[in-house]
Amino acid sequence: MITLTIDGVRVQAEEGETVLEVAKKAGVRIPTLCYLEGLSPRGACRLCLVEVRNWGGRLVPSCATPVQEGMDVVANSPRLKELRRTILEMLFAERNHICAFCVSNGHCELQDLAMELGMDHVRLPYRWPLLPLDLSHAKYGLDHNRCVLCGRCVEACSEVEGAMTLGFSGRGVFTLVEADLGDPWGKSPTCTGCGKCVQGCPTGALFEKGKATSEQVKRPQILAEVTERRPRA
Amino acid sequence: MRKLRVATVWFSGCSGCHMSFLDLDERLLEFAERAELVFSPIVDVKEFPEDVDVVLIEGAVGNTAHLRELLEIRTKAKILVAFGDCAVTGNVPSLRNPLPREEVLATVYGTVDPPGLEEGEVPKFLPQALPLHAVVPVDYFLPGCPPSAERIWKFLRPVLLGQRPELSGADIKLG
Ligand code: SF4
Ligand code: SF4
Ligand code: SF4
Ligand code: FES
Repeated sequence: MITLTIDGVRVQAEEGETVLEVAKKAGVRIPTLCYLEGLSPRGACRLCLVEVRNWGGRLVPSCATPVQEGMDVVANSPRLKELRRTILEMLFAERNHICAFCVSNGHCELQDLAMELGMDHVRLPYRWPLLPLDLSHAKYGLDHNRCVLCGRCVEACSEVEGAMTLGFSGRGVFTLVEADLGDPWGKSPTCTGCGKCVQGCPTGALFEKGKATSEQVKRPQILAEVTERRPRA
Repeated sequence: MRKLRVATVWFSGCSGCHMSFLDLDERLLEFAERAELVFSPIVDVKEFPEDVDVVLIEGAVGNTAHLRELLEIRTKAKILVAFGDCAVTGNVPSLRNPLPREEVLATVYGTVDPPGLEEGEVPKFLPQALPLHAVVPVDYFLPGCPPSAERIWKFLRPVLLGQRPELSGADIKLG
Protein backbone atom coordinates (compact mmCIF):
# COMPACT_ATOMS: atom_id res chain seq x y z
CA MET A 1 0.00 0.00 0.00
CA ILE A 2 1.06 3.53 -0.77
CA THR A 3 -0.06 6.57 1.20
CA LEU A 4 -0.31 10.00 -0.39
CA THR A 5 -2.32 13.19 -0.03
CA ILE A 6 -4.69 14.66 -2.59
CA ASP A 7 -5.95 18.16 -1.87
CA GLY A 8 -4.88 17.77 1.74
CA VAL A 9 -6.71 14.46 2.32
CA ARG A 10 -4.67 11.32 3.03
CA VAL A 11 -5.52 8.44 0.71
CA GLN A 12 -4.30 4.87 0.25
CA ALA A 13 -3.45 3.39 -3.10
CA GLU A 14 -2.15 0.22 -4.69
CA GLU A 15 1.23 0.17 -6.34
CA GLY A 16 0.87 0.93 -10.07
CA GLU A 17 -2.32 2.96 -9.77
CA THR A 18 -2.26 6.41 -11.31
CA VAL A 19 -2.94 9.67 -9.49
CA LEU A 20 -6.10 10.06 -11.57
CA GLU A 21 -7.46 6.63 -10.60
CA VAL A 22 -6.80 7.24 -6.93
CA ALA A 23 -8.33 10.72 -7.06
CA LYS A 24 -11.44 9.28 -8.71
CA LYS A 25 -11.83 6.69 -5.94
CA ALA A 26 -11.41 9.45 -3.37
CA GLY A 27 -14.17 11.45 -5.06
CA VAL A 28 -11.86 14.20 -6.30
CA ARG A 29 -12.81 15.43 -9.78
CA ILE A 30 -9.95 16.04 -12.23
CA PRO A 31 -10.95 17.03 -15.77
CA THR A 32 -9.67 14.73 -18.53
CA LEU A 33 -9.97 14.54 -22.29
CA CYS A 34 -7.50 12.12 -23.88
CA TYR A 35 -7.78 9.61 -21.02
CA LEU A 36 -10.32 6.85 -21.53
CA GLU A 37 -10.84 3.82 -19.36
CA GLY A 38 -9.86 0.70 -21.27
CA LEU A 39 -7.10 2.43 -23.27
CA SER A 40 -3.47 3.13 -22.34
CA PRO A 41 -2.95 6.61 -20.92
CA ARG A 42 -1.21 8.84 -23.46
CA GLY A 43 -0.78 12.10 -21.55
CA ALA A 44 -1.61 13.92 -24.77
CA CYS A 45 -4.03 16.68 -23.80
CA ARG A 46 -2.60 17.87 -20.44
CA LEU A 47 -6.02 18.84 -19.09
CA CYS A 48 -5.56 16.48 -16.14
CA LEU A 49 -2.45 18.29 -14.90
CA VAL A 50 -1.97 18.28 -11.14
CA GLU A 51 0.68 19.92 -9.01
CA VAL A 52 2.96 17.83 -6.80
CA ARG A 53 3.85 20.12 -3.94
CA ASN A 54 6.80 18.16 -2.60
CA TRP A 55 8.29 17.80 -6.09
CA GLY A 56 8.89 21.52 -6.16
CA GLY A 57 5.41 22.25 -7.49
CA ARG A 58 6.00 20.23 -10.63
CA LEU A 59 3.03 19.76 -12.93
CA VAL A 60 2.34 16.20 -14.04
CA PRO A 61 -0.48 14.62 -16.05
CA SER A 62 -2.42 12.68 -13.41
CA CYS A 63 -3.67 10.10 -15.95
CA ALA A 64 -0.12 8.99 -16.76
CA THR A 65 1.59 9.39 -13.37
CA PRO A 66 1.81 6.37 -11.05
CA VAL A 67 1.37 7.15 -7.37
CA GLN A 68 4.42 7.31 -5.13
CA GLU A 69 4.78 7.12 -1.37
CA GLY A 70 4.29 10.48 0.34
CA MET A 71 3.24 12.46 -2.75
CA ASP A 72 1.50 15.71 -1.85
CA VAL A 73 -0.87 16.32 -4.78
CA VAL A 74 -2.86 19.47 -5.49
CA ALA A 75 -5.73 18.50 -7.83
CA ASN A 76 -7.69 21.72 -7.70
CA SER A 77 -6.43 25.26 -7.21
CA PRO A 78 -6.83 28.65 -8.90
CA ARG A 79 -3.50 28.10 -10.67
CA LEU A 80 -4.59 24.73 -12.06
CA LYS A 81 -7.97 26.11 -13.03
CA GLU A 82 -6.32 28.87 -15.05
CA LEU A 83 -3.84 26.45 -16.66
CA ARG A 84 -6.59 24.01 -17.62
CA ARG A 85 -8.70 26.78 -19.09
CA THR A 86 -5.77 28.01 -21.17
CA ILE A 87 -5.07 24.47 -22.45
CA LEU A 88 -8.73 24.15 -23.38
CA GLU A 89 -8.64 27.50 -25.19
CA MET A 90 -5.62 26.30 -27.19
CA LEU A 91 -7.66 23.31 -28.35
CA PHE A 92 -10.54 25.54 -29.41
CA ALA A 93 -8.22 28.04 -31.14
CA GLU A 94 -6.25 25.35 -32.96
CA ARG A 95 -9.04 24.10 -35.26
CA ASN A 96 -12.56 25.12 -36.25
CA HIS A 97 -15.05 24.45 -33.49
CA ILE A 98 -18.41 25.84 -34.45
CA CYS A 99 -20.66 24.13 -31.95
CA ALA A 100 -23.91 25.44 -33.45
CA PHE A 101 -22.89 23.75 -36.68
CA CYS A 102 -21.50 20.48 -35.30
CA VAL A 103 -22.82 16.91 -35.28
CA SER A 104 -21.81 16.57 -31.65
CA ASN A 105 -23.44 19.74 -30.31
CA GLY A 106 -24.86 18.80 -26.92
CA HIS A 107 -22.97 15.48 -26.71
CA CYS A 108 -19.37 16.59 -26.77
CA GLU A 109 -16.73 16.15 -24.10
CA LEU A 110 -14.84 19.23 -25.28
CA GLN A 111 -17.95 21.38 -25.10
CA ASP A 112 -18.75 19.98 -21.63
CA LEU A 113 -15.23 20.83 -20.45
CA ALA A 114 -15.72 24.42 -21.63
CA MET A 115 -18.76 24.67 -19.38
CA GLU A 116 -17.00 23.00 -16.47
CA LEU A 117 -13.92 25.20 -16.71
CA GLY A 118 -15.87 28.44 -17.15
CA MET A 119 -14.69 29.09 -20.70
CA ASP A 120 -17.15 31.74 -21.89
CA HIS A 121 -14.78 32.86 -24.66
CA VAL A 122 -11.40 32.02 -26.15
CA ARG A 123 -8.77 34.63 -25.32
CA LEU A 124 -6.20 33.30 -27.79
CA PRO A 125 -6.41 34.19 -31.48
CA TYR A 126 -8.12 31.54 -33.61
CA ARG A 127 -6.01 29.86 -36.31
CA TRP A 128 -8.91 29.04 -38.65
CA PRO A 129 -7.00 26.39 -40.62
CA LEU A 130 -8.42 25.00 -43.86
CA LEU A 131 -8.96 21.31 -43.15
CA PRO A 132 -10.56 18.51 -45.15
CA LEU A 133 -13.24 15.98 -44.25
CA ASP A 134 -12.93 12.31 -45.10
CA LEU A 135 -16.41 11.05 -45.96
CA SER A 136 -15.26 8.05 -47.99
CA HIS A 137 -16.21 5.45 -45.37
CA ALA A 138 -19.62 3.85 -45.86
CA LYS A 139 -20.69 4.22 -42.23
CA TYR A 140 -18.53 6.91 -40.63
CA GLY A 141 -17.16 10.38 -41.25
CA LEU A 142 -13.94 12.07 -40.12
CA ASP A 143 -13.95 15.86 -39.74
CA HIS A 144 -10.46 17.16 -38.99
CA ASN A 145 -11.94 20.54 -38.06
CA ARG A 146 -13.19 19.07 -34.77
CA CYS A 147 -10.25 16.80 -33.92
CA VAL A 148 -8.25 17.50 -30.76
CA LEU A 149 -5.60 14.85 -31.52
CA CYS A 150 -6.35 13.01 -28.31
CA GLY A 151 -5.47 9.66 -29.89
CA ARG A 152 -8.44 7.79 -28.44
CA CYS A 153 -9.49 6.57 -31.90
CA VAL A 154 -5.98 5.41 -32.75
CA GLU A 155 -5.76 3.41 -29.52
CA ALA A 156 -9.28 2.02 -29.81
CA CYS A 157 -8.38 0.78 -33.28
CA SER A 158 -5.04 -0.78 -32.34
CA GLU A 159 -5.48 -1.83 -28.68
CA VAL A 160 -9.12 -2.89 -28.67
CA GLU A 161 -10.04 -3.80 -32.24
CA GLY A 162 -6.53 -4.84 -33.24
CA ALA A 163 -6.98 -3.50 -36.76
CA MET A 164 -4.34 -0.73 -36.58
CA THR A 165 -6.07 1.17 -39.34
CA LEU A 166 -5.82 4.61 -37.78
CA GLY A 167 -2.66 6.52 -37.07
CA PHE A 168 -1.24 10.02 -37.05
CA SER A 169 0.54 11.80 -39.86
CA GLY A 170 2.39 15.13 -39.70
CA ARG A 171 3.57 16.98 -36.60
CA GLY A 172 2.40 19.59 -34.14
CA VAL A 173 -0.72 21.49 -35.18
CA PHE A 174 -0.41 19.91 -38.63
CA THR A 175 -0.95 16.41 -37.27
CA LEU A 176 -3.85 14.54 -38.85
CA VAL A 177 -5.58 11.30 -37.98
CA GLU A 178 -5.48 9.11 -41.05
CA ALA A 179 -6.36 5.62 -42.19
CA ASP A 180 -3.57 3.32 -43.34
CA LEU A 181 -0.95 5.45 -45.11
CA GLY A 182 -3.18 8.39 -45.87
CA ASP A 183 -5.58 6.64 -48.22
CA PRO A 184 -9.26 7.52 -48.05
CA TRP A 185 -10.71 5.73 -45.03
CA GLY A 186 -13.37 4.06 -47.19
CA LYS A 187 -10.67 2.34 -49.25
CA SER A 188 -8.94 0.86 -46.22
CA PRO A 189 -8.42 -2.91 -46.50
CA THR A 190 -7.70 -3.13 -42.75
CA CYS A 191 -10.74 -1.31 -41.31
CA THR A 192 -13.33 -3.77 -40.06
CA GLY A 193 -16.02 -1.11 -39.77
CA CYS A 194 -16.41 -1.85 -36.05
CA GLY A 195 -16.99 1.78 -35.07
CA LYS A 196 -14.88 1.60 -31.89
CA CYS A 197 -12.95 4.70 -32.97
CA VAL A 198 -16.21 6.61 -33.41
CA GLN A 199 -17.56 5.56 -30.01
CA GLY A 200 -14.28 6.50 -28.36
CA CYS A 201 -13.96 9.93 -29.97
CA PRO A 202 -14.78 12.69 -27.47
CA THR A 203 -15.70 15.29 -30.09
CA GLY A 204 -17.53 15.62 -33.39
CA ALA A 205 -14.40 14.61 -35.33
CA LEU A 206 -15.61 11.04 -35.80
CA PHE A 207 -19.30 10.50 -36.33
CA GLU A 208 -21.86 8.07 -37.69
CA LYS A 209 -23.31 8.93 -41.06
CA GLY A 210 -27.06 9.26 -41.38
CA LYS A 211 -27.56 10.25 -37.75
CA ALA A 212 -28.95 13.62 -36.72
CA THR A 213 -27.14 15.73 -34.12
CA SER A 214 -29.66 14.76 -31.44
CA GLU A 215 -28.94 11.04 -32.06
CA GLN A 216 -25.17 11.41 -32.22
CA VAL A 217 -24.62 10.16 -28.68
CA LYS A 218 -21.33 8.32 -28.20
CA ARG A 219 -20.70 5.38 -25.88
CA PRO A 220 -16.98 5.66 -25.02
CA GLN A 221 -17.50 3.31 -22.05
CA ILE A 222 -17.93 0.33 -24.42
CA LEU A 223 -14.14 0.23 -24.85
CA ALA A 224 -13.66 -0.51 -21.15
CA GLU A 225 -16.58 -2.95 -21.21
CA VAL A 226 -14.99 -4.88 -24.08
CA THR A 227 -11.51 -4.99 -22.55
CA GLU A 228 -12.80 -5.99 -19.11
CA ARG A 229 -14.47 -9.07 -20.53
CA ARG A 230 -11.24 -10.27 -22.06
CA PRO A 231 -9.21 -12.93 -20.23
CA ARG A 232 -6.09 -11.43 -18.67
CA ALA A 233 -2.78 -12.57 -20.10
CA MET B 1 -34.38 56.21 -10.23
CA ARG B 2 -32.74 56.98 -13.56
CA LYS B 3 -33.48 54.37 -16.17
CA LEU B 4 -30.56 52.38 -17.54
CA ARG B 5 -29.76 53.35 -21.14
CA VAL B 6 -29.58 50.06 -23.05
CA ALA B 7 -28.75 49.53 -26.73
CA THR B 8 -28.72 46.44 -28.93
CA VAL B 9 -26.77 46.14 -32.17
CA TRP B 10 -26.93 43.67 -35.06
CA PHE B 11 -23.70 42.86 -36.93
CA SER B 12 -22.93 39.68 -38.87
CA GLY B 13 -25.51 37.36 -37.34
CA CYS B 14 -28.88 35.88 -38.25
CA SER B 15 -30.94 38.05 -35.83
CA GLY B 16 -31.69 34.92 -33.79
CA CYS B 17 -30.23 36.55 -30.68
CA HIS B 18 -32.59 39.49 -31.10
CA MET B 19 -35.50 37.07 -31.58
CA SER B 20 -34.47 35.41 -28.34
CA PHE B 21 -34.41 38.84 -26.67
CA LEU B 22 -38.01 39.39 -27.79
CA ASP B 23 -38.81 35.97 -26.31
CA LEU B 24 -38.31 37.57 -22.90
CA ASP B 25 -42.09 38.12 -23.26
CA GLU B 26 -43.63 39.47 -20.03
CA ARG B 27 -40.15 40.05 -18.64
CA LEU B 28 -39.89 42.85 -21.21
CA LEU B 29 -42.32 44.78 -18.98
CA GLU B 30 -39.88 44.60 -16.08
CA PHE B 31 -37.12 45.53 -18.51
CA ALA B 32 -39.09 48.59 -19.62
CA GLU B 33 -39.60 49.65 -15.99
CA ARG B 34 -35.89 49.74 -15.33
CA ALA B 35 -34.38 50.48 -18.72
CA GLU B 36 -34.85 52.52 -21.83
CA LEU B 37 -33.99 51.02 -25.21
CA VAL B 38 -32.10 53.95 -26.78
CA PHE B 39 -30.79 52.20 -29.91
CA SER B 40 -31.69 48.89 -31.55
CA PRO B 41 -32.75 47.32 -34.87
CA ILE B 42 -36.27 47.56 -33.40
CA VAL B 43 -35.95 51.27 -32.49
CA ASP B 44 -36.06 53.98 -35.14
CA VAL B 45 -32.85 55.81 -34.23
CA LYS B 46 -30.11 56.10 -36.85
CA GLU B 47 -27.12 57.35 -34.83
CA PHE B 48 -25.64 55.42 -31.94
CA PRO B 49 -26.28 57.76 -28.97
CA GLU B 50 -23.82 59.01 -26.35
CA ASP B 51 -23.77 57.73 -22.77
CA VAL B 52 -25.11 54.25 -23.25
CA ASP B 53 -24.91 52.15 -20.07
CA VAL B 54 -25.14 48.69 -21.62
CA VAL B 55 -24.88 47.55 -25.23
CA LEU B 56 -25.64 44.01 -26.38
CA ILE B 57 -23.97 43.29 -29.70
CA GLU B 58 -25.14 40.35 -31.80
CA GLY B 59 -22.98 39.05 -34.64
CA ALA B 60 -19.37 38.85 -35.73
CA VAL B 61 -17.40 41.77 -37.15
CA GLY B 62 -17.78 40.90 -40.82
CA ASN B 63 -17.30 44.12 -42.77
CA THR B 64 -15.76 47.59 -42.60
CA ALA B 65 -19.00 49.18 -41.36
CA HIS B 66 -19.13 46.79 -38.39
CA LEU B 67 -15.52 47.59 -37.64
CA ARG B 68 -16.07 51.37 -37.69
CA GLU B 69 -19.29 51.12 -35.66
CA LEU B 70 -17.77 48.80 -33.06
CA LEU B 71 -14.87 51.20 -32.43
CA GLU B 72 -17.34 54.07 -32.07
CA ILE B 73 -19.69 52.10 -29.81
CA ARG B 74 -16.82 51.19 -27.52
CA THR B 75 -16.18 54.88 -26.82
CA LYS B 76 -19.88 55.54 -26.15
CA ALA B 77 -20.95 52.53 -24.08
CA LYS B 78 -19.90 51.69 -20.53
CA ILE B 79 -20.66 47.96 -20.58
CA LEU B 80 -20.19 46.11 -23.86
CA VAL B 81 -21.64 42.62 -24.08
CA ALA B 82 -20.81 39.99 -26.73
CA PHE B 83 -24.36 38.75 -27.31
CA GLY B 84 -24.51 35.20 -28.71
CA ASP B 85 -21.96 32.85 -30.28
CA CYS B 86 -21.28 34.91 -33.43
CA ALA B 87 -20.15 37.83 -31.28
CA VAL B 88 -18.31 35.53 -28.84
CA THR B 89 -16.49 33.16 -31.24
CA GLY B 90 -17.24 34.23 -34.83
CA ASN B 91 -19.49 31.15 -35.09
CA VAL B 92 -21.39 30.63 -38.36
CA PRO B 93 -20.06 33.75 -40.17
CA SER B 94 -16.54 32.49 -39.37
CA LEU B 95 -17.15 29.32 -41.41
CA ARG B 96 -15.66 31.30 -44.29
CA ASN B 97 -12.49 32.21 -42.38
CA PRO B 98 -10.30 29.33 -43.57
CA LEU B 99 -11.02 30.35 -47.19
CA PRO B 100 -9.48 33.36 -48.93
CA ARG B 101 -11.96 36.25 -49.07
CA GLU B 102 -11.57 36.47 -52.88
CA GLU B 103 -12.60 32.84 -53.27
CA VAL B 104 -15.72 33.47 -51.18
CA LEU B 105 -16.65 36.56 -53.23
CA ALA B 106 -16.03 34.76 -56.53
CA THR B 107 -18.17 31.81 -55.46
CA VAL B 108 -21.08 33.96 -54.29
CA TYR B 109 -20.98 36.85 -56.82
CA GLY B 110 -19.13 35.24 -59.73
CA THR B 111 -16.42 37.93 -59.48
CA VAL B 112 -13.79 38.84 -56.91
CA ASP B 113 -14.69 42.52 -57.33
CA PRO B 114 -18.49 42.85 -57.43
CA PRO B 115 -19.52 46.40 -58.45
CA GLY B 116 -20.45 48.59 -55.49
CA LEU B 117 -19.27 46.04 -52.97
CA GLU B 118 -15.68 47.18 -52.83
CA GLU B 119 -16.13 50.93 -52.77
CA GLY B 120 -18.61 53.67 -51.94
CA GLU B 121 -21.84 53.00 -50.06
CA VAL B 122 -21.55 49.27 -49.56
CA PRO B 123 -19.08 48.28 -46.85
CA LYS B 124 -16.12 46.09 -47.68
CA PHE B 125 -16.04 42.47 -46.66
CA LEU B 126 -13.27 41.87 -44.09
CA PRO B 127 -10.76 39.07 -44.82
CA GLN B 128 -12.20 37.16 -41.83
CA ALA B 129 -15.27 37.44 -39.60
CA LEU B 130 -13.96 38.29 -36.14
CA PRO B 131 -15.32 37.85 -32.62
CA LEU B 132 -15.85 41.25 -30.93
CA HIS B 133 -13.02 40.82 -28.45
CA ALA B 134 -10.54 40.49 -31.34
CA VAL B 135 -11.25 44.19 -32.02
CA VAL B 136 -12.21 45.90 -28.73
CA PRO B 137 -12.25 44.98 -25.04
CA VAL B 138 -15.48 43.16 -24.15
CA ASP B 139 -16.92 43.34 -20.64
CA TYR B 140 -19.21 40.30 -20.68
CA PHE B 141 -19.72 37.23 -22.83
CA LEU B 142 -23.19 35.79 -23.27
CA PRO B 143 -22.72 32.64 -25.40
CA GLY B 144 -25.40 30.53 -27.08
CA CYS B 145 -26.73 30.12 -30.60
CA PRO B 146 -28.96 31.79 -29.76
CA PRO B 147 -28.79 32.29 -25.99
CA SER B 148 -32.22 31.31 -24.66
CA ALA B 149 -34.51 33.98 -23.22
CA GLU B 150 -33.93 32.37 -19.81
CA ARG B 151 -30.19 32.77 -20.19
CA ILE B 152 -30.52 36.34 -21.40
CA TRP B 153 -32.70 37.18 -18.41
CA LYS B 154 -30.29 35.49 -15.98
CA PHE B 155 -27.69 37.85 -17.36
CA LEU B 156 -29.76 40.98 -17.83
CA ARG B 157 -31.74 41.04 -14.60
CA PRO B 158 -28.75 41.55 -12.30
CA VAL B 159 -27.42 44.17 -14.74
CA LEU B 160 -30.72 46.06 -14.48
CA LEU B 161 -30.44 45.88 -10.69
CA GLY B 162 -26.90 47.23 -10.79
CA GLN B 163 -25.38 43.87 -9.82
CA ARG B 164 -22.65 41.80 -11.42
CA PRO B 165 -24.02 38.99 -13.57
CA GLU B 166 -22.35 35.61 -13.07
CA LEU B 167 -23.07 32.95 -15.66
CA SER B 168 -21.52 29.48 -15.33
CA GLY B 169 -22.04 25.82 -16.18
CA ALA B 170 -24.90 25.14 -18.59
CA ASP B 171 -25.49 28.89 -18.94
CA ILE B 172 -22.26 29.36 -20.88
CA LYS B 173 -22.76 26.42 -23.25
CA LEU B 174 -21.61 27.24 -26.78
CA GLY B 175 -23.86 26.25 -29.66
S1 SF4 C 1 -16.47 19.04 -31.49
FE1 SF4 C 1 -17.52 19.73 -29.61
S2 SF4 C 1 -16.51 21.68 -29.10
FE2 SF4 C 1 -16.00 21.21 -31.25
S3 SF4 C 1 -17.59 22.23 -32.45
FE3 SF4 C 1 -18.33 20.14 -32.08
S4 SF4 C 1 -19.60 20.34 -30.23
FE4 SF4 C 1 -18.32 22.17 -30.32
S1 SF4 D 1 -14.04 1.31 -37.59
FE1 SF4 D 1 -12.84 -0.09 -36.26
S2 SF4 D 1 -11.28 -0.95 -37.59
FE2 SF4 D 1 -12.14 0.82 -38.69
S3 SF4 D 1 -10.80 2.54 -38.16
FE3 SF4 D 1 -12.43 2.54 -36.64
S4 SF4 D 1 -11.66 1.28 -34.93
FE4 SF4 D 1 -10.35 0.87 -36.70
S1 SF4 E 1 -10.62 11.83 -34.27
FE1 SF4 E 1 -11.55 12.03 -32.25
S2 SF4 E 1 -10.65 10.37 -31.04
FE2 SF4 E 1 -9.36 10.61 -32.86
S3 SF4 E 1 -7.73 12.01 -32.20
FE3 SF4 E 1 -9.35 13.27 -33.14
S4 SF4 E 1 -10.65 13.89 -31.41
FE4 SF4 E 1 -9.40 12.20 -30.69
S1 FES F 1 -6.32 13.25 -19.68
FE1 FES F 1 -4.30 13.20 -18.88
S2 FES F 1 -3.16 14.18 -20.41
FE2 FES F 1 -5.15 14.02 -21.31
